Amino acid sequence: MDIISSELWSPYVVGAAIGILVWIGFIFSNKAIGCSTAYARTAGMGERLVRGDKVEDKPYYKEFVPKIDWEWMLVLGVVIGAFISSTLSGSFRIETVPRIWQESFGSSAILRYVGALIGGSLLGFGARMAGGCTSGHGISGTSQLSLGSWLAFIFFFIGGILTAVILYGGF
Amino acid sequence: MLEDLYKKKKLQLFFGFLIGIGFGFLLDRGGATDFNIIVDQLLLRDFRVLKIIFSAIITGMIGVHVIVKYLPPRLQPKPCRWKPIVLGGLIFGVGFAVLGLCPGTAAGAMGTGAVHGAFGVLGMLLGAGIFASFYTYIEDFMSRSDLGPITIPETLGIDRWLVILAFSIILISVMLFLEIIGF
Repeated sequence: MDIISSELWSPYVVGAAIGILVWIGFIFSNKAIGCSTAYARTAGMGERLVRGDKVEDKPYYKEFVPKIDWEWMLVLGVVIGAFISSTLSGSFRIETVPRIWQESFGSSAILRYVGALIGGSLLGFGARMAGGCTSGHGISGTSQLSLGSWLAFIFFFIGGILTAVILYGGF
Repeated sequence: MLEDLYKKKKLQLFFGFLIGIGFGFLLDRGGATDFNIIVDQLLLRDFRVLKIIFSAIITGMIGVHVIVKYLPPRLQPKPCRWKPIVLGGLIFGVGFAVLGLCPGTAAGAMGTGAVHGAFGVLGMLLGAGIFASFYTYIEDFMSRSDLGPITIPETLGIDRWLVILAFSIILISVMLFLEIIGF
């Protein structure tokens, strides 16, 4: 079956199908698809292991209680869904240093891991400050015509484009 | 009927999980779990990611507004805290380029075997944790510029269906233009 093994589908088909997933989330769960609060909750769960229930005194964790919720399960599902997709298409492989990174920074896996850790920290911090990520603001929020989500979506890309040009643009 | 479904906590967790599986599958088939495809988008060399997002917005936008008209769910726009959104958005953007993935696609990349994606996930936990600790000191900044959970039609005072039509036309035109010039 071509459709199962084809590694890349049309972006229009993929996008429309993601839009339909947004409908499904709304209809059956009364929820908007998003990913970044799951990271905040998990960070709180990690802190609780170290510091105990005092963690819940932090004002931020009063709002985003460190527990497994709908969105947390969604992010877990994303890992598994991508695993299933890449296994079926045959694109699953252990990747340490992606090509474009290598062109700018060389083939050191350690350097890439440190970079990923720093990039991830900025994403985690920025997403919580902005109140969402590329999914929560960029797809679900924009679909609801939320003013703040459109603003966030635009600034995600302004920051991303400028930084990518500096890092990988060959200057 | 649907309201009863929303109260079934365990079933809802399972729904979230199923939707996540679908989302992860689609992100991977779209190529969005690939560092190179995301970075090529940010370098404006390839527009696959933008086409996915725009198609998702058009489909989502029309469907969601039909749903809230006829079914129990209501719109749930996030608060428009414009200063944290601008600053946080820019910080997010820097991380987006450095990691070459975002919170959803990094989770997906991990599932496709990207070890660096797993480090990105670790970094996001760290960053979100730092934010939670930092939050007490910036509560004032976080709330001062809050315009509330407003939508674009409310802000402009225009009928929402007119806005949906206008946005659909604009997004489709951009995609058509990209196709015509060879992207």
